[in-house]
Amino acid sequence: MRRRSGRQTVAGWLFVTPFTILLVAFLLLPMAYAAKLSLYRSTLVEGEVFAWLGNYRQAFGDPEFRRGVVRVVVFGLVQTPVMIGLSLVFALLIDAGTSRLARFFRLAAFVPYAVPVVIGTLMWGFLYSPRTGLFSSVSDLDLLSSGTVLYSLGNVVTWQWAGYNMIVLYAALQGLPREVYESARIDGAGPLQIAVRIKTPMISAAIVLVTIFTIIGTLQFFTEPLILQPLDPGTITNSYTPNVYAYHQAFSYQQYNYSAAISFLLGAVVFIGSYIFLFVTRRRSALR
Amino acid sequence: MSTATMDGTSTRDRAARAPRRPARSGAGRIASHAVMAVMAVYFLLPFWWLLVAATKNNDGLFGSQPLWFGGDFSLFGNLSDLFSQSDGIYLKWLRNSALYSVVSGFGATAVAALAGYAFAKLRFPGRNALFATLLGLIMVPMTALVLPTYLLMSEIGLTDSVWAVILPSLLNPFGVYLLRVYAHDSVPDEMLEAARIDGAGELRVFLSVALPAMRPALVTVLLFTMVATWNNFFLPLVMLSNDDLFPLTVGLRTWYMSATIGNGGQALFSVIVAGSLVAIIPLIVAFLLLQRYWRGGLTLGSLK
Repeated sequence: MRRRSGRQTVAGWLFVTPFTILLVAFLLLPMAYAAKLSLYRSTLVEGEVFAWLGNYRQAFGDPEFRRGVVRVVVFGLVQTPVMIGLSLVFALLIDAGTSRLARFFRLAAFVPYAVPVVIGTLMWGFLYSPRTGLFSSVSDLDLLSSGTVLYSLGNVVTWQWAGYNMIVLYAALQGLPREVYESARIDGAGPLQIAVRIKTPMISAAIVLVTIFTIIGTLQFFTEPLILQPLDPGTITNSYTPNVYAYHQAFSYQQYNYSAAISFLLGAVVFIGSYIFLFVTRRRSALR
Repeated sequence: MSTATMDGTSTRDRAARAPRRPARSGAGRIASHAVMAVMAVYFLLPFWWLLVAATKNNDGLFGSQPLWFGGDFSLFGNLSDLFSQSDGIYLKWLRNSALYSVVSGFGATAVAALAGYAFAKLRFPGRNALFATLLGLIMVPMTALVLPTYLLMSEIGLTDSVWAVILPSLLNPFGVYLLRVYAHDSVPDEMLEAARIDGAGELRVFLSVALPAMRPALVTVLLFTMVATWNNFFLPLVMLSNDDLFPLTVGLRTWYMSATIGNGGQALFSVIVAGSLVAIIPLIVAFLLLQRYWRGGLTLGSLK
């Protein structure tokens, strides 16, 4: 017995070693290194100097960075409820219907998730463009102007992710006990009432989950604006979102320390924010 | 008493609603079918556009209806342009994407299988602390790690190599979590014990007893990491500057940039369209063939 548990100790450590090395090398070390870099500043005269929280102070006072932060927050506040709402409606529709159309729709809505974000955005970029696009022939609305481009980006995100969220919510719906709404139906509840009053509250945990993932995604908004940037560089600036800003600070302006500070700040906000959200919603669902 | 109340309401409800119900549910069905039909068109529209656009030459792309065929049929011309552009660099990108996703996919799945199994079934000191660390870090956003990882790897001169893309992609905490949950429920302890009594070593027990039992979850994790690596953009964009090492996503973006800005880039929009079509065909095929595993992965994910 004792020998066996010794054997399990050795095997257990060996089995988790590759993962532990990766966790340290590509998660903990980069975070620690970014945290360290973010406390320094590189100057022409003195080289690397310790700047304490100077880079963070700069970030909070930087109007371009602040505009980017406000933009992703506003974007998230609109995008998240719209997309999760649509995903929920779709999930309830395919859960209620077993027709061939419902099965086909389930597939069609989920396909965009399998496509690289780069290519999804490229396709919509062509469709938005006044020269190759779909909408210029229909109306004068410029989908890539300063007033509309955020909605156009929101559409790309919805197109790509609504089906994914739909499938997660649908899986949760499929796991519900059917008897509950059988009895509601006998009591005279229509399909709409069952969907709104019974099914939706019962999958609130899954709704919370996809909401967190959506918020995390919108705060890190990067690929879509970067791909569409050449179509409208005046609107989609180098500081359009915090991640785009951090990228350009590193690669267009060689401001590695400042870039590290923004990355670290963004990572910390997302990390802490998602735990607070999880904690608050878990408390609520436990109390209910 | 409660029975009486319940009976009372339900009879009243039935009386009030029964006559209206068939009509409403008929209208409801029509409305829900209409919504699904319209939204299916929305989701498939870009794919239809891509298919049609790939048959047009550059003039046709700008001069004809975006949603219908027009001008000369140039699909084969576009494909031959695609594969001969810049000395066939597209083929290199295709190979790189395949290399990165296959190596990262199998590597990440192997790492996650070993760790997930150990967390679920082996008893060793430090296990709970390590697993708690994993759970605590599962919410660290991967894109916020890209620039720090780049800065760290440039310090040791590892950027601009295939390893700069593959090694960070091997880390998949969520995969470890999923496989731990799955191994916990689906690998029977008695079978592990029986194999140990038969004299099998721990590695042998893992390979011959645990792995077969974990197979469906392994395929799901493999599929998701392969597709995630194939679709990854931020990491290779940051890590690579030699365009011979680019995956498709980064390569197509450089073509798109130079074609849009028009500063000396030779790539035509028709070539980019054909390149996009070729790049998503493997994904669509994998998607249709492996539907079961896609949905399996999301169901596992929602159990969290």
